[in-house]
Amino acid sequence: MFGNFDFDVISRSLPYLFREGMTFTLTLTALSASGGLIFGTLIALMRLSGYRLLGFVAGAYVDFMRSLPLVLVIFWFYFLVPYIGQWLTGASRPISVGAFASSLITFIMFEAAYFSEIMRAGIQSISKGQPAAAQALGLNYRQTMRYVVLPQAFRNMLPVLLTQTIVLFQDTSLVYVLSIPDFLGAASKVAQRDGRLVEMYLFAALVYFAISCIASFCVRRLQTRIAIVR
Amino acid sequence: MNYHWNWHIFLDPNPMGTGTYLDMLLAGLWLTIKTSLLAWIIALISGSIVGVMRTLPSKPANWFGFAYVEFFRNMPLLVQLFLWFFVLPELLPRSAGLWLKQLPNAPFWTAAIGVGLFMSARVAVQLQAGIGSLPRGQRQAATALGLTTLQTYRYVLLPMAYRIVLPPLTSEFLSTIKNTAVAITIGLLELTGEARSMQEFSFQVFEAFTAATVLYLVINIIVVTLMRLIERRVAIPGYISGK
Repeated sequence: MFGNFDFDVISRSLPYLFREGMTFTLTLTALSASGGLIFGTLIALMRLSGYRLLGFVAGAYVDFMRSLPLVLVIFWFYFLVPYIGQWLTGASRPISVGAFASSLITFIMFEAAYFSEIMRAGIQSISKGQPAAAQALGLNYRQTMRYVVLPQAFRNMLPVLLTQTIVLFQDTSLVYVLSIPDFLGAASKVAQRDGRLVEMYLFAALVYFAISCIASFCVRRLQTRIAIVR
Repeated sequence: MNYHWNWHIFLDPNPMGTGTYLDMLLAGLWLTIKTSLLAWIIALISGSIVGVMRTLPSKPANWFGFAYVEFFRNMPLLVQLFLWFFVLPELLPRSAGLWLKQLPNAPFWTAAIGVGLFMSARVAVQLQAGIGSLPRGQRQAATALGLTTLQTYRYVLLPMAYRIVLPPLTSEFLSTIKNTAVAITIGLLELTGEARSMQEFSFQVFEAFTAATVLYLVINIIVVTLMRLIERRVAIPGYISGK
């Protein structure tokens, strides 16, 4: 079954696959995770702020994003971002946004909804005594969050956040629908050029599998190491 | 903005000659529903088997369950669909591969089975957690009563575990529906796919995607409402969700 398996096509395209494709995938993953975490935390704070309107807007955003398929959201932003850019900059025509910027905005906005749910659970898991003690010490809301609540919430939720990042890493492969050369897109380009679908897709699967496996193994180790003894 | 809105586009005939653009989207909606229901059945059945295997008092069964879950969880769904669609027919013996390639509706079957197996790993993890959350005494009491392993699962553990994991299973079902959109890459014209082709034919980008978005929201609301009803019916008395 591997009789006419062409390993050469893989080794020939390795530099392209990793230097272009994997770099794109990993950069996109890292930046979207950071951006998603920042916006997600803000959304979580809005939901827990006690202001009805803020909470409603944040909740509606999260529910909305979470009920749409990522592919549809990718298409939405791909077409919408040029118009938003035009509106923001006051240009006379929709501005052209690169493939990378467009997918980065998409993933940040999409992942913010998922990260916000994790951060919300993290903030809610902290006992009431903590913010109460912070207030008794005279810290204001900002300081309470910055120095007392968020560091603990972040630490408690770190394994979940990292697991979500692994999911995000796998989901970035969906930029394929915009013909962007991320790792899978690059593999697929080579596959179609050389007519070597079997080799390239199996190799891509193997690489994704190896990276995700190692990453989730590390997360599991981390989880046991940073667990707070209560 | 100089985008030209035209909401009447939905009533214009589509270039495929199958009625209006609206008919096109509704056909996509129907295909999304069909694909996700079939995928969900596959996910529930194989996920349940694997989830149970992970809790059985047998090393090989645990190991198989572990390997199965890791295999399907650590590859992007898109890559898995490519493996089933492009790679599998080439690796099979010639005649079997040819039969697969010539199968009518190949994208539909590939999508349903691919998404189903992808989700089954998640169902397995949920069910395993559900069985694991039961007090140890339940299994021990069943053994003390002389029930076999099969009977223990059939009459004691599973009826409880399924009812406990129903809420997470609801969100897994919603994920299944959303994940069928990935099948656009193997040429399945489900809801997102039809919206995309409507956009390509008519250039009315935002109308097409707005319609698809609204339809997805409606599916979500229906599923969530139905599942809440079922959850309330089967809630276990004595648990927080129960009466």
